[in-house]
Amino acid sequence: MTTVIDYNAGNLRSVETALHHLGAPFQVTADPAVVARADRVILPGVGDAGAAMEELRARELVAELRELPHRGVPLLGICLGSQIILERSAESDAPCLHLLPGEAVPFSISLKVPHMGWNTIVPQRDHAIFHGFDPDSSFYFVHSYFPQPMEGDAVIATCTYEQTFAAVVGFGSVVATQFHPEKSGEPGLRMLDAFLRWNP
Amino acid sequence: MFQKRVIVCLDVRDGLVTKGIRFKGNVDIGDPVTLARRYYESGVDELVFYDITASSEKRSVMLQVVEQVAREIFIPFSVGGGIGTVQQMRDVLLAGAEKISVNSQAVQNKEIIAQGAARFGRQCIVLGMDALHDPAMPSGYRVVINGGRTPTQLDALKWALEAVELGVGEIVVNSIDADGTRDGYECTLTRLISEAVPVPVVASGGAGKPEHLREVFDAGKADAALVASMVHYGDYTIGQIKSLLSDSGIPVRQHIA
Repeated sequence: MTTVIDYNAGNLRSVETALHHLGAPFQVTADPAVVARADRVILPGVGDAGAAMEELRARELVAELRELPHRGVPLLGICLGSQIILERSAESDAPCLHLLPGEAVPFSISLKVPHMGWNTIVPQRDHAIFHGFDPDSSFYFVHSYFPQPMEGDAVIATCTYEQTFAAVVGFGSVVATQFHPEKSGEPGLRMLDAFLRWNP
Repeated sequence: MFQKRVIVCLDVRDGLVTKGIRFKGNVDIGDPVTLARRYYESGVDELVFYDITASSEKRSVMLQVVEQVAREIFIPFSVGGGIGTVQQMRDVLLAGAEKISVNSQAVQNKEIIAQGAARFGRQCIVLGMDALHDPAMPSGYRVVINGGRTPTQLDALKWALEAVELGVGEIVVNSIDADGTRDGYECTLTRLISEAVPVPVVASGGAGKPEHLREVFDAGKADAALVASMVHYGDYTIGQIKSLLSDSGIPVRQHIA
């Protein structure tokens, strides 16, 4: 059973419909006690890092989310979920979950921001979420900040939008995508499915 | 590589697509959910639904359409037409759309942009702008509303910049001069807006053949292009459009089933 964290994230519904389409059993919760027993977790997210952390704190979810890597629970962060797993975000100068050392930083480029649309990614190492991955696949991005982990090893795939940035980050049982697999067509659904089958 | 988007636009009235749309075999299909599914499977990058339902009591029909579409397709889609309050925006987003498009309502009440952006994030708020060539305006283009019927005092470039300040995350620039001609997009207008604003610009109005998309991506500096009748009537497929673009060196998303 996959547990999807409900903290008022804008893409919660899209994640639910994608899981439903994949036939995956899941529950949606804002209850810390349920998260404490979860054996697979998805942390969606859209919008401002500071506001998202407020919502997580208001629901007293921070401590249980921070326990997940210690329990070896597979965790998928999506979009803002890939940024707030870091120590902090430059957006609203917000302290974040600190599952992974590093911070979310803004684009510093001449192209239009947000980076909105489809882009390809380049895996930097093997990972279970690349099961069935086609290198020509594109994924849907909408973001102005991106995750910048302290350790280079935590960068699982990169993407280039004038600047090359981490599109997939993680370590141990934690993995997170800056793009929206739930809105990235069949390649995105395949990646979600690969996460659901992952046993780190 | 970052890609130019090809977006299909569907006009929906009382829950049905207004023009009978002919796919292979000349079968008329009016069901927006079936059409959305077909375009999704053909590799379109995004969909836009414009609700042209006249009566407000039938708006809930559109929400049901949005909910059903959200269950069938796994790409972004936006909904526009008659959305003028934060509550209406919330209803459409909760039903499963990624973005809301505001047009006449935003001209009449600019605050709706700021309120929507503050509540849902600017990436959710799209400005739909209908513009008409008019040498009397500073930029050469006048904003028109109510489907192009009512001229306003707004200059198109000035309004685009103001809307970005207020909080829109994307602008659909629809040329009323080009709309329905199938002679090509208004590249001068598209470029004028696209080079001035820091957000993505979607070209709209005038598409008749794949070459027109190449023109508006090259000369018009568009980030995305809206197509309607050229694909609805079966003249071209999304695949044909994308292969012409790709052959012309314009990066487009490869469809991987």
